[in-house]
Amino acid sequence: MAHPAPPLVVARADLAALLFIRHFETALLELFAQGRVAGTTHTCLGQEYIPVALAPLLAGDHVFSNHRGHGHYLARYDDPAGLLAEIMGRAGGVCGGVGGSQHLWRPDYLSTGVQGQSVPVAAGVALHLQQSGRGQLAAAFVGDGTFGEGAVYEGLNLAALWRLPLVLFVENNGIAQSTPTDRQLAGTIAGRAAAFGIAYAGVDTDDVGEIRSAVGPLLAAVRDGGGPLIVEFRTRRLGPHSKGDDSRTPAELAALRSADWYARTRALDPVTFDEIDERQRARMAAVLADVANREPAGQWAGTQWAAA
Amino acid sequence: MNRVADDLNAALHKLFEADPSAYLLGEDVADPYGGAFKITKGLTTRFPGRVRATPISEAGFTGVACGLALTGNTVIVEIMFADFLFLALDQIVNFAAKSVSMYGRRLPMRLIVRCPTGGRRGYGATHSQSPQKHLIGVPDLAIYELSPLHPAAAVFAEMTAAAIPCLFVEDKSLYGERLPAGDRLDDLFSFDRLGTHARAYADRSLPVDHLVLAPGGMLGRTLAAARRLLLDREENTQIVVPSRLYPLDLDPLLPLLTAAGRVSVVEESTAGGTWGEHVAARINAAVRLRHPVTLVSSADSIIPAAPQLEAQVVAGADTIYAALATGPLA
Ligand SMILES: Cc1ncc(C[n+]2csc(CCOP(=O)(O)OP(=O)(O)O)c2C)c(N)n1
Repeated sequence: MAHPAPPLVVARADLAALLFIRHFETALLELFAQGRVAGTTHTCLGQEYIPVALAPLLAGDHVFSNHRGHGHYLARYDDPAGLLAEIMGRAGGVCGGVGGSQHLWRPDYLSTGVQGQSVPVAAGVALHLQQSGRGQLAAAFVGDGTFGEGAVYEGLNLAALWRLPLVLFVENNGIAQSTPTDRQLAGTIAGRAAAFGIAYAGVDTDDVGEIRSAVGPLLAAVRDGGGPLIVEFRTRRLGPHSKGDDSRTPAELAALRSADWYARTRALDPVTFDEIDERQRARMAAVLADVANREPAGQWAGTQWAAA
Repeated sequence: MNRVADDLNAALHKLFEADPSAYLLGEDVADPYGGAFKITKGLTTRFPGRVRATPISEAGFTGVACGLALTGNTVIVEIMFADFLFLALDQIVNFAAKSVSMYGRRLPMRLIVRCPTGGRRGYGATHSQSPQKHLIGVPDLAIYELSPLHPAAAVFAEMTAAAIPCLFVEDKSLYGERLPAGDRLDDLFSFDRLGTHARAYADRSLPVDHLVLAPGGMLGRTLAAARRLLLDREENTQIVVPSRLYPLDLDPLLPLLTAAGRVSVVEESTAGGTWGEHVAARINAAVRLRHPVTLVSSADSIIPAAPQLEAQVVAGADTIYAALATGPLA
């Protein structure tokens, strides 16, 4: 995880996506600090490369995101204003401001805020996709801490029994809120996959291209009826769990930051990097200026019963 | 003749014939076993792939059902005993019901959660519960109850048309009961309809001394009490059996409620935070009654196993009669 890694070669479009997510999340934390956003948020600072690497592999599939889902959304949809408006409760939010940071929906994308819940639901979507026979899969992003939830195992058992096209992308950032992984997870995620006879791959690199070449063929096997798959990314959470609630020591945080992809990518070609970085920073500033000036999200239509 | 269990089974077969997107998931639902109460018999044989026996994983298979509903399918889940519903509540309350509206748009969720309910079988505390009261007031979660006066096919059609998750509570003591042929229930009582409610009566032209709201599982016990009230006390009872308990459609009942001598709500749920209390509050807000609503429920207790102990807890015909036969004899 924190071992010295080589400079990263990243295609321009991928680098732009990585940097945009970085600036989006950084801006969000600033907005919270300024009291301009209500509620809560969980940034994916440090983990941006996972959704960026996976996005092109998952076009046409169903994706289940979680509380730490902004990167999942931004890498998949070119709709930062929709996401920011959703988070800020402004007009034009993805879900009209009803969902907020962790409840997003698009026709083949959904995030929810109850850990573990999405695994059986994604298995159900995978069953639907299996029956439709078009080679699509259902993918769910979960954290390491979510492996404490029983629903995960009920879902995995069913997915393995029925050979469903279900993929869990585990973003193992070594911590769940304040609890280090070694204090909440006995054994390993690989061991748990093995217990169900589920294919497993561990990913230690944060190189977007390497991830794609490693994961692409595994997804192809899932699409071909090979049954479920767990891919565990050993990654880093650079920011707080939500806002200002980081329980780790300065030394731990410094080690994580020094391993971050940002500096290593820049080292390779600072001129190009800075140029793209600046453009993405400006793009985020424009999105923020647009959304912050919008009206608050309109009336809540309420439920059927309330409306009847 | 046709029993309630056969009617349920036939309704499921009909639903699967008509709806190619229909799925059913539950424990031991596959042939030749056909479910703990045999309600699903024949389905896996005719619709393999869409009707699936699952591991003992209420949260898991209810979650799978949610995923199927989310992608536009009609899904029925069988919870073997209603007590086990609690293992699936995260999926039902936090996922299925909330997803209908929490994404700022209405997502159709055609999910029916069937659960055999209630005591009087000697199964004891973990296999006899009436869960209705725990699920009242969940936005976009409707509660229906099986009734011998509501053919199951029509109720399934109503639930799927609503496109919200529905809990379908089946008092397991009803499974072996016969369905009425025509509108006669016995030598004294007949029934008709008030909107989607069924109404049992002895003589519609007489003033109503007792108007009793009773979900399907309580019909037999309430009829027995009504018979005694009529024969022993010459008091006239009408029994309203709603198919949908929550939200309750009160409008078709307003004239009856205003005219009735006494209004009661009976249920098998144990006392405390009950459906009846909720209905009484609705009635109080809607009409001015002469007497407070009488509530009849089981005692505030777990359900004991031994039949004589269970009978001390679970509301029966005697409980209902004792609660209603109060004033002086007519
Ligand atoms: C069922 C449930 N319990 C608790 C929480 C509160 N909670 C939100 S995120 C989180 C930590 C999750 O850790 P992990 O799965 O490792 O993901 P990470 O936050 O590290 O990305 C907790 C405890 C929750 N959302 N859902």
